[in-house]
Amino acid sequence: MTAMAQMEIGEALPVIRLQPVSRLDLIRYAGASGDFNSIHTIDEEAENAGLPGIIAHGMWTMGNLAKLFTPYLGEGFIRRYSIRFKGMVFLGDVVSLTATLEEKRSDGMVFAVEAVNQDGRKVLAGDLVFSVEG
Amino acid sequence: MLKAMIGRKSEKTKNVIERGAVKKFAEALGDASPLFTDEEAGKRSGYGRNIAPVTFPVTFDGGSIPGLDLPDKGLIHGEQKYEYARPLFIGEEVYCWMEVKDYYEKAGNFGRMGFLIVVLYGEADSGELLFSEERVIIINEAARKEMER
Repeated sequence: MTAMAQMEIGEALPVIRLQPVSRLDLIRYAGASGDFNSIHTIDEEAENAGLPGIIAHGMWTMGNLAKLFTPYLGEGFIRRYSIRFKGMVFLGDVVSLTATLEEKRSDGMVFAVEAVNQDGRKVLAGDLVFSVEG
Repeated sequence: MLKAMIGRKSEKTKNVIERGAVKKFAEALGDASPLFTDEEAGKRSGYGRNIAPVTFPVTFDGGSIPGLDLPDKGLIHGEQKYEYARPLFIGEEVYCWMEVKDYYEKAGNFGRMGFLIVVLYGEADSGELLFSEERVIIINEAARKEMER
C-alpha cells in the first residue's frame, strides 16, 4: 500500500468488490444504525411501497464506500464526504466501490467516489476530501 | 407549509460515542479496522485514541424539530454530505442539534416533489463545531399533499 500523499492525479485506490448483498447485512445495519425503515428488511413492506423487493439502506452503501479510505486513516482523516444516491441496491447485487484522485488542494486530496452494481450502473456517486495530517 | 420550517431548529441533545456502538456499526459495514475497535491500536495511532467511522453520526440523536412531522412513506433519500473539523473520538460527548436549511419544490416525471434539506450539527463540550451532516430528503407528491392537509 502506497502512502496516500504520494498518489498522483488520475490514480485510483484498490477497488473493493462487496459480497452479494444479503438480508442479514441489512438487518445488521438496521440494528447498528437505528434505521428500522422496514422497506430494508421486510419483503411485504417493500412491496407495499411499490418496490420489487427490499432495498439496501442508502447509508449502508455510503458507509461501505468509505471503507476504501480505512487503510489510510493512520495518515489523516475524511474532511468532507458528499454523495448523491442514484439507484437502488437489491438483495444479491454485487456492488463495486471505486475512488480516483482528482485534485490535490490545500485542505486535502479530492477523490471522485462511486459505487456501481454488477450491471455497471451507478448506485451512488460523489466526492470525498481526505486531509493528510502531520 | 414546509417552507415555513426553514430555519427551525431542535434543542441540543447530548450524545456519548460508545465503544460498543462504534464496534457494532463498523462490523455492520464490514469495516472493523483496529483504529475503530482496538483500544491499543487507538493508543498507538496519531490521535492517541480510537475514532468513529465517517457515517457514524447517523446513529446520533439530534432531538426533534418542532412542527416537523415527516411521514413514514413516500420519502427518498437524495443526497448526504459530511463535513468534519476532525474525526470523532470514542468516549467523547457530542452535543447535536438539527436545522431545516431549505425547502423547495420541483416538477418532475412523477409530479411535484418536495426537497427538504435538514442538517445535523455536532459540537464538543467546548463549543467547537466538530461536524455537520446534511441530508436531502425528497418527498413525493402523495406524501407532500398528505403533509399539507
